[in-house]
Amino acid sequence: MTMKLYQLTIHQAHQLLRKKEITSLELVKSVFERIDQTEPKISAYNELRKEAALKESEQFDRKIKEGKFKSPLTGIPLGLKDNICSAGVRTTCSSKILGDFIPPYDATVVKKLKESETIFVGKTNMDEFAMGSSTENSAFKKTRNPWDLERIPGGSSGGSAAAVAADECLGALGSDTGGSIRQPAALCGVVGLKPTYGLVSRFGLVAFASSLDQIGPLAKDVTDAALLLNEISGHDPMDSTSSLRPSEDYLKALRPEVKGLKIGIPKEYLIKGIDPEIEKSVMSAVNLWKGLGAEVVEISLPHTPYAVATYYILATAEASSNLERYDGVRFGYRSSEVKNLNDLYEKSRAEGFGPEVKRRIMLGTYALSSGYYDAYYKKAQQVRTLFIKDFTDAFKKVDAIVTPTTPTPAFRLGEKVQDPLQMYLSDIFTISANLAGIPAISVPCGLSSTGLPIGIQIMGRYFGESTLLNLAYAYEQASGFHNQKPNL
Amino acid sequence: MATKYEAVIGLEVHAQMLTRSKIFCGCSTSFGSQPNSQTCPVCLGMPGVLPVLNKKVVEFAMKTALATHCTIGPLNQFARKNYFYPDLPKGYQISQFELPLAERGRIEIEVNGEGKKIRITRIHLEEDAGKNIHEGIEDASYVDLNRTGVPLMEIVSEPDIRSSEEAAAYLKKLRNILVYLEVCDGNLEEGSFRCDANVSIRPAGQAAFGTRTELKNINSFRFVQKAIDFEIKRQEQVLEEGGRIIQETRLWDTQKQVTVPMRSKESAHDYRYFPEPDLVPVKISSEWIEEIRKTLPELPEAKKERFVLEYDIPPYDASVLTQSKKIANFFEACVSLYHQPKAISNWIMGDLLNEEEIPLSPEQLTGMIELIDKGVISGKIAKTVFEEMLKTKKDARAIVEEKGLLQISDDESILSLIDRVMKESPENVEQYRKGKEKLFGFFVGQVMKVSGGKANPVKLNELLFKKLKTPS
Repeated sequence: MTMKLYQLTIHQAHQLLRKKEITSLELVKSVFERIDQTEPKISAYNELRKEAALKESEQFDRKIKEGKFKSPLTGIPLGLKDNICSAGVRTTCSSKILGDFIPPYDATVVKKLKESETIFVGKTNMDEFAMGSSTENSAFKKTRNPWDLERIPGGSSGGSAAAVAADECLGALGSDTGGSIRQPAALCGVVGLKPTYGLVSRFGLVAFASSLDQIGPLAKDVTDAALLLNEISGHDPMDSTSSLRPSEDYLKALRPEVKGLKIGIPKEYLIKGIDPEIEKSVMSAVNLWKGLGAEVVEISLPHTPYAVATYYILATAEASSNLERYDGVRFGYRSSEVKNLNDLYEKSRAEGFGPEVKRRIMLGTYALSSGYYDAYYKKAQQVRTLFIKDFTDAFKKVDAIVTPTTPTPAFRLGEKVQDPLQMYLSDIFTISANLAGIPAISVPCGLSSTGLPIGIQIMGRYFGESTLLNLAYAYEQASGFHNQKPNL
Repeated sequence: MATKYEAVIGLEVHAQMLTRSKIFCGCSTSFGSQPNSQTCPVCLGMPGVLPVLNKKVVEFAMKTALATHCTIGPLNQFARKNYFYPDLPKGYQISQFELPLAERGRIEIEVNGEGKKIRITRIHLEEDAGKNIHEGIEDASYVDLNRTGVPLMEIVSEPDIRSSEEAAAYLKKLRNILVYLEVCDGNLEEGSFRCDANVSIRPAGQAAFGTRTELKNINSFRFVQKAIDFEIKRQEQVLEEGGRIIQETRLWDTQKQVTVPMRSKESAHDYRYFPEPDLVPVKISSEWIEEIRKTLPELPEAKKERFVLEYDIPPYDASVLTQSKKIANFFEACVSLYHQPKAISNWIMGDLLNEEEIPLSPEQLTGMIELIDKGVISGKIAKTVFEEMLKTKKDARAIVEEKGLLQISDDESILSLIDRVMKESPENVEQYRKGKEKLFGFFVGQVMKVSGGKANPVKLNELLFKKLKTPS
């Protein structure tokens, strides 16, 4: 069976473009053919921009013909999560309240990728305002897991993860507030990286929880993740929380050797309720690193049991404020049944937001209310500093911390919709990295007996992306799990 | 009234800063443009955008803090104040809460010749909101967001003020400092200097404060005094009638000259303050503070002292002249042209204080004073010349020549005028010579009259005295 162009990784496609064996137009056409075949089953995209994408590929081909490449991503078709603003293209956050919102500006990452001459295939589906772990909270459609169409792709970047896994794009951007890149990457069998807070500009990312949100890549392999990170990272004067560190070339981190690296396994993460197959996969991955020369030690992150509670106070508090701008006044959905100002607010928001978003707005509003602020928000901020200390202490002893990405493989559609608490617990391993602001990556680590992907998470020091990519790359090359593909 | 009450007043001033661009984006802050023309995605609060702090805003506030003897914190932090209103596009105002820019300062005021220190609690930074427009529109309201994001300083005083006079003195002093620093234009009518007053009363001698009300919508110094006086009387009346003061926000009704309660729904807010996660805390080093301190201009207090020492004018004059930087600068420009500080001060205080723009140049004013001093014109004629200068913008000398206002100083001319007057009133001459010496003034007045005010008064006195004493 000959390989289809849509199956290529970014770095493979780039090599073929360089050798002039393929054109960007052929690549983009192939991706849209694939979309025609699989999208009816997967529903990864909210909006496709086929004509514009084809036109752009022809423009880039003219330059490619002359051997001119602005970047290793020139002419490469990518998916973009629907909460990342793109000028002139609808950006809905999978919410009715932004159903017709067309931003007049590009997010900084979009601007950077346009300058790198990439091509956007379309905007990918997500949980409404990135609130959820299954993409079932989208106001528009339910995205399916390419490995089992009865199962969820994870969330909130479920559309991006499913699109990459189903070869409906060569790579994609997602956003991660509590695991929204890594959890769907694990459940769809792709690589997902949440960078250090501040490494990638948040300008143009529709805010969910500003102190936790971070944009990152979802990719077919670790090399592609590094390529994407190279293009999107770096200081942005438009984002005050963006780091001033000089840029790094993450491709240099892609080495198969891990000798001398110290990996920590936190004892608190091997909790009850974790799927035994997942535990087994993670342990065999750890053994593989050991075999490659890494040292493995047990460590302790004592405040881990408070992660979910802390996260759901801080994230919802910030969200309750971030979402106040959707008031029906200047942009977004406005109810037609309005008699006075209070009606305008109450009805526009009641009709425009879905149930999970409302639930979180209420939780967050409560946590910030006078009389409760100290007990909830302030306390959670204090606990957050303890997480940071947990990790700072741990990283004095080890170079990376390894855990499962999720406690179970992908669950069935509808399985946890009625049980928000169960849904929240699916982020239990990923939340800590957001609270501490450290980078974390999820890489495929085999399949369950039922044929569902399993992910392993590696967390690192602040701006330690290179160490993560090194470990992930060595593991990927040795295990070959990134070559497993769903049957579609 | 049975009990004597004492008022306790604290003032909150919102001062718009004179930066060219807004506090969190690059939009212009200029006043009076087409509605919504000075906006961008950031100040419109569109999804995904982020604020970036304008450093100038911090420096302007630092200047104010230093001029009011506040302590500038090494770390200050922005916070979100959450509430829904159409003129607030994000649904929250970026302000400061737990860590303001500066705290614990003071302003010295003077009321009825007595000095008093009013302590400043804090100075913090925030963004202004837009404006809702209802007038002239049926069944709709419009929102103009040009003002959204214009930088504001909120300057909060301690409840150290005890009367409406003190309140007005504090506000004038504060406004004067801000204008001197060129950080605010101090325009109350256009709303670039706004004041809210917290007012309570307590029986004289009692230490505990009474329940306070907050007065809003007072947009002139006159209204501040009136509103506070009204509120004090209203509260006294409530207590005297056995009632209780309700803590509430009240609006000053300019038409009816009363304070009225705001609907409780509008004032009962839980703002849910929390640290603004989109902005990093602002670090202020002592080096930065010293750098700003070096840029501080001479402030009214220091200027006043220098005027007394350097120009030898009375403290009262110095204090009046330094009320406004414009006047003080004008005074110094005049003195440098013609060194008669007291005469210059008299003319400025008498005729120029209430002018919005000083209507003549230092050259014009000193030119005229010089004519008086040289005896070319009399003080009385000078009044006419002054009026004419304002009207025609011509120099004093030109006016004097054109209008024939030159002083008559030669003996011959004056003597002939004296002769004329004496001939017209022979009885008075006789009476004077019989000893009714107070008629001297009558003759001076008459000669002045026939000379059209131009007779040199010194010469006139001298010659008239001789003439009257010499029998013909």
